[in-house]
Amino acid sequence: MTPHFGLPEFGFLLRGLQWTMLLTLVAFAGGSTAGLAVALLRTCGHRGVEWITRIYIGIFQGTPLLLQLFVVYYGLALTGLKLDAFVAVAIGFTVNASAFLGEIWRGAIQAVPRGQTEAAMALGLHYSSRMRDIVLPQAIRISLPATIGYLVQLIKGTSLAAIVGFIELARAGQIVSNQTFQPLLVFGVVGGLYFVLCWPLSWWGSRMEARLALANQR
Amino acid sequence: MGYTLDFSVVWHAMPALLWGCMGTLGLALAGMTLAMIIGVAGVAARDSKAAWLRALVIGFVETVRNTPFLVQIFFLFFALPLIGLKLNPTATAIIALGVNGGAYAIEIIRGGVQSIHKGQVEAGYALGLHKGQVFRFIVLKPALRAIYPSLTGQFIMLTLTSSICSAVSAYELTSVAQRIESDTFRSFEVYFFVTFLYLAISWLLMLGFAIVSHRFFSYPTR
Repeated sequence: MTPHFGLPEFGFLLRGLQWTMLLTLVAFAGGSTAGLAVALLRTCGHRGVEWITRIYIGIFQGTPLLLQLFVVYYGLALTGLKLDAFVAVAIGFTVNASAFLGEIWRGAIQAVPRGQTEAAMALGLHYSSRMRDIVLPQAIRISLPATIGYLVQLIKGTSLAAIVGFIELARAGQIVSNQTFQPLLVFGVVGGLYFVLCWPLSWWGSRMEARLALANQR
Repeated sequence: MGYTLDFSVVWHAMPALLWGCMGTLGLALAGMTLAMIIGVAGVAARDSKAAWLRALVIGFVETVRNTPFLVQIFFLFFALPLIGLKLNPTATAIIALGVNGGAYAIEIIRGGVQSIHKGQVEAGYALGLHKGQVFRFIVLKPALRAIYPSLTGQFIMLTLTSSICSAVSAYELTSVAQRIESDTFRSFEVYFFVTFLYLAISWLLMLGFAIVSHRFFSYPTR
């Protein structure tokens, strides 16, 4: 007999949601670190380095996330390392996040008025202090709406881990749907859970964007 | 370890892969067309006098933008037959892409319409242009110009998103790749190459869009 969609099934979806959140957090943390490096290299002033990082970003922006995930997933398998499925997909999302966050923060760094950098140079600050104390704090403020926007994209993107077989929310939904034969209800609930996770972030991001626009309107 | 990369499988499968590219482009084009129709209708409904219609459009846009495409396409895959639409996977994929892209198109087109100041239209009439001319030169062309970058960016995004339609086995590049992979077990080689096919597609699209923009939209605005 087939089970109906009840509390145990909902609990299974919630455990999937936990994996979705964990995957997002790991990818966002790793992607932020690597993305900061990408952004700094992209704006370092050395032509060759800037060109390479530009291609790096271009490759990730010009190819589907699903294929990036496939390449990382099967590429890691070829290295002979026996990696957990979670680690493999987390690496895939981290690499993707590094490119997208790198590009967002590149834009933000360049949006900080040039006079700030020039003034810092005139004061004799060296590169690390100039970036850490003058440019980056202002760039973070500018980049916040886009960064939150990417976070929402990342949460939605982790659903693609389902296609390579990792059990997060979307895959949990597929499993429950196959068990209960109630696909509309199950995917409705799954969509609702994603919505509950993403919508507050979207709202926060657009509110911050409106505020920032207002502040720049002088 | 004894694994050696063998890209000859990709070479042998080239015709199928190139047909897959055409499938992807066709899927994206059909999806984008539907998205534009939904977008224009949505903008009209978004600013209508009926509050329930406005709420419906806002709800639609927020729902689509805050849920994954994969879940949307699964939902539609099972929901469409219930409302009497028994479609093949490719047609289902086109509808899913259209619905998804439509939500983003509503926001983009709305921004374009709002970018035209009322004074511009009045100035057009004052200069003696008739209604058709005002719509064509004062409203349509500047509005298109304003939304062109985001609209074409959305089109490229839609093209990349269409790879997810392989999950319902619609005919496009990724599902072709999956078939080749299951025949040859050369997962990495196939997906690595196909990733670059997608890159080529999006670069060609970007180039094409840049040429069109240069031809039609490069005039001074102030």
